[in-house]
Amino acid sequence: MNDFALILPEATLLVLACGVLLLDAFIGKRVPAATFWGAVVSCLVVLAQVASPGYMPEAAVFGFAGTLRVDVMGTVLKSFLLVLVVVSFFYAHEYFSKQRQEVQGEYYPLALFATLGMMVLVSANSLLTIYLGLELLSLSLYSLVALQRDSVTASEAAMKYFVLGALASGMLLYGMSMLYGVAGTLDLSELLIKVGNLEEQRLLLTFGLVFLVVGIAFKLGVVPFHMWLPDVYQGAATPVTQFIGTAPKLAAFGMAMRLLVDGLWGLSEHWQQMLIILSILSMGVGNLLAIAQRNFKRMLAYSTIAHMGFLLLGMLSATASGYAASMFYVTLYALMSMGAFGSIILLASARSEADELSDLAGLAKRSPWFAFILLILMFSMAGVPPFGGFWAKWFVLKEVIVADYVWLAGIAVMFSLVGAYYYLRIVKLMYFDEPETPYPVSATTDLKLVLSVNGLVVLVLGIVPSTLMSVCISATIPYLPW
Amino acid sequence: MVALADYLMVGAILFCVSVAGIFINRKNIIVLLMCIELMLLAVNLNFIAFSHFNHDIGGQVFVFFILTVAAAESAIGLAILVVLFRNRSSINVDDISAMRG
Repeated sequence: MNDFALILPEATLLVLACGVLLLDAFIGKRVPAATFWGAVVSCLVVLAQVASPGYMPEAAVFGFAGTLRVDVMGTVLKSFLLVLVVVSFFYAHEYFSKQRQEVQGEYYPLALFATLGMMVLVSANSLLTIYLGLELLSLSLYSLVALQRDSVTASEAAMKYFVLGALASGMLLYGMSMLYGVAGTLDLSELLIKVGNLEEQRLLLTFGLVFLVVGIAFKLGVVPFHMWLPDVYQGAATPVTQFIGTAPKLAAFGMAMRLLVDGLWGLSEHWQQMLIILSILSMGVGNLLAIAQRNFKRMLAYSTIAHMGFLLLGMLSATASGYAASMFYVTLYALMSMGAFGSIILLASARSEADELSDLAGLAKRSPWFAFILLILMFSMAGVPPFGGFWAKWFVLKEVIVADYVWLAGIAVMFSLVGAYYYLRIVKLMYFDEPETPYPVSATTDLKLVLSVNGLVVLVLGIVPSTLMSVCISATIPYLPW
Repeated sequence: MVALADYLMVGAILFCVSVAGIFINRKNIIVLLMCIELMLLAVNLNFIAFSHFNHDIGGQVFVFFILTVAAAESAIGLAILVVLFRNRSSINVDDISAMRG
């Protein structure tokens, strides 16, 4: 394949995103749905290109002087995140038409540019490409958070996100400069070979690695680099929070894989130690602080932190099956949080965001079906069988035990028991408390359909987890030891 | 002859100054934005020094990209700052605390 055939999906997305921007500028004010449909069609076109059989290579293919890499893992991650982006567009469209906000048009082009950044990030094979993909993603997300111009909390959240995000990028860059200095290359495949051969400069390499891990930890939102997450989740408009909480998590996982496994495999004993500390802290702090929250979005933010700690458990086992377990976890987590934020969008009215826990009280009386969907999602997040989240935790814990970290698995199980408390509290609120308003939940058929399918997919993946797991395993085959 | 270690030392000092600036600063957000710029420049210095002493052009190319992205980044940072100022009429770091916990 020549270079341009490799980058065809990204190039198409760039052109289409610019097209959607123009579409919004010229007819978006008169026909608000035009921008939405333009964005959905763009994503579907790119998805068709990514998933086409001609694009899926057997072995990794490199392009543009080795800065770009197309392999099975990248292609699978790209397909997953495009699907997630399309689903979040449907939720966003419902939210914006319900709230009758003027700013809705800008959401779609910005989200498309963020998607482009994510796609570049997961197909990067050079420190430079990783940086560019990451910045395109982050800069779009900063502006998405600030989209509600007249909201005090949204602008404050955007500022916090921006400052901490720029700090993390700076840390990441400093680490990259150290690696570049020691290894003398920006190319991740060359770095892999050089790091394996360099024996004498381990200290400098590890020094650089620390900064890289800080950058990755920030993007995933694990403790102690989680400070931005609760404020951003609470402050941003719900569809923006939903967008940030789903597809970018997959991209952050892809970035961690590219940097730590594709580039710095030779330092795995060092980054394993760092990831262990990060994951224990995240699971602890995330689950404990989530209990104290009154705001549903903020609670979900702390639950994200805890889930990201779990995600690291699979990575730190440093085996192909561990990466597959992590990939399964992050995909399933994205689906669950998509649905949880979708429920907030369902309950939101023109007057209120409905993001307080008290808004969920008595949901079972107002809408038994959607209370049941949210019950599936909460049970799944808590890790109750037979829902998808159980298998996600199961696969990850299995890998941790195989890698001889039984004590770590014990800690993880203990903290997820703590976590079960606040997920089950939501179920208690919905089924055993009296509703504040007796009116049934009103929503369009589209929203009801999307949310129902979303919840049922989590249930189905709990009954037949092998469908998704086999895809994840096939994506990580190249990482099997020879 | 200035050695590689000297450049790296200057880079490290600049980096530390900027990180300290972000955490210690309690006055206003514009200083935060300046610290972020300084941090990126410290990294640039590192890249150029390594590029020169390793005889590899890649690092200098990277610096061009960092400079370009830094421009875009500060544009977005200042735009957010304007939005924030319109909503609260203050750019004092201590006032940015509507959400806590």
